Amino acid sequence: MKSKFHRSSAKTADKAATAALYMVAGLFLVLLAAFTIYIFYRGATAFKPEYLSFTREGIGIQFFNTIYLVLISLLISVPIGIAAGIYMAEYSGGGRISRFIRTCIETLASLPSIVVGLFGYLVFVVMTGSHWNLLAGALAVSILNIPSLTTVTEDALESVPELYREGSLGLGATHWQTITGVIIPAALPRILTGIVMAAGRGFGEAAALLFTSGMSSDVNFRNWNPWSRTSPLNLLRPADTLAVHIWALKTEGIEENAAQLSDLSSAVLMILVFAFSLGSRCIGDRLERKIAGSEPKGSKKTWKRK
Amino acid sequence: METKISVKSLNLHYGEFHALKNISIDIPENSVMALIGPSGCGKSTFLKALNRMDDLVPNVKIEGTVLLDGKDIYSPETDVTLLRKRVGMVFQQPNPFPMSIYDNIAYGPRIHGVKSRRQLDETVESSLHGAALWDEVKDRLHKNAIGLSGGQQQRLCIARALAIKPEVLLMDEPTSALDPISTMKVEELIGTLKKKYTIVIVTHNMQQAARISENTAFFLHGEIVEYGETGQLFSMPKEKKTEAYITGRFG
Repeated sequence: MKSKFHRSSAKTADKAATAALYMVAGLFLVLLAAFTIYIFYRGATAFKPEYLSFTREGIGIQFFNTIYLVLISLLISVPIGIAAGIYMAEYSGGGRISRFIRTCIETLASLPSIVVGLFGYLVFVVMTGSHWNLLAGALAVSILNIPSLTTVTEDALESVPELYREGSLGLGATHWQTITGVIIPAALPRILTGIVMAAGRGFGEAAALLFTSGMSSDVNFRNWNPWSRTSPLNLLRPADTLAVHIWALKTEGIEENAAQLSDLSSAVLMILVFAFSLGSRCIGDRLERKIAGSEPKGSKKTWKRK
Repeated sequence: METKISVKSLNLHYGEFHALKNISIDIPENSVMALIGPSGCGKSTFLKALNRMDDLVPNVKIEGTVLLDGKDIYSPETDVTLLRKRVGMVFQQPNPFPMSIYDNIAYGPRIHGVKSRRQLDETVESSLHGAALWDEVKDRLHKNAIGLSGGQQQRLCIARALAIKPEVLLMDEPTSALDPISTMKVEELIGTLKKKYTIVIVTHNMQQAARISENTAFFLHGEIVEYGETGQLFSMPKEKKTEAYITGRFG
């Protein structure tokens, strides 16, 4: 009798927990949907075709700057972050030095972005004797991203089953061949997720960029000589991104249409992040299929990213 | 029969733990040597000492000699990657890499420098034939190996080991994770492979040892209690402990 009672109370608790968790998940979904719809609605009502132009009237320049800056920062941070992650997972050995490095990474990861921004201003702008520029912004964003990329890569490599490593070494592979031939391919989906998240941070970052890449742009979209000061490709020109632009419009915008422009910028920025995530997911899946071979039927579960 | 591997007074410590005690044994060429004994008796450790997979364990200390064709594999001149190419290994848990069947088998030849597509194609086909898997997978060579059944995965791992043309195959309980039918297939395979390779197999299954091996060594507490011709060892063991173990009185 007693055990029966126990059983039914366990079932009730199970049902209650399931219901509660679904409610929490639902709440977040509703919140996210409401937020997204609100931003799109504001963006759509503010929309005028000329706002998308690549001139002072539009946000085309900021749109370009955002993509360009994220791209440059990924070019800097991804190789460093992945190399550091490989070192931590495969070579550091867990001794005193690696503990010290880990502490450094954790500290670096918890730095407020405004501090990184001011550091970037001091080192990349003042000490180099230059003006606000895109490269300084990309470097500041890289400083923010390298710790997380390192940690993600390290975790991804360490989650690869030991069996793969043994299999590869048992065939006479060297440590490095094992890393590049088996471990990194097996860890690639998780590393890619980390890169997407790093890019997302770059898209949305404002504080670290205010004093590094600056709050203005003076660009001529007919000039593609990367050494010219007004060329969009020039790395040493000031470049305000969409996120910085939103901040600038909201705090010190003197244009009549500042509110509309910032609403549209927000919507465009969100679409950009969304498109980037989808695009990289597509590339990731294609890469995975290339490495793993096409998926045999019924094996989807075993090869699904976690 | 020629001796392929000759082990002389091999001692192995993991930190303070004395895992292998003064092991001396000769393993004849082109035959199957079975290693039996209760869990933790050192048979897997001994197997891994034969291609220096033990090196990967931290705090390991190894003394004594292991001669492969008369050359000590623990001498400083030994290139461990070349040693492992000559002495291949199949593990307890099937461990195909998460890539296509083709790439799994081509992995070994590729790391040892084979680039020609034609040569790789040939190696993949002959290795899969060698592991009696070709007919089952020839139409899906470029599909993910993770989709194969457990038994097929294990034969794929054998094919992968064969692809680098080893001389010795070490097998660490290769059928313990498999169902009876897959086990039978792997055993049949071992029967054909021994014509070309020297095989050392760890097994918990004494019927299996009796079925497939020419020689058997019985390990207990890091020592070889008895070794000799399989039929002899199972029908009239010389040592009391061996008899107690094979009749199921302990272990």
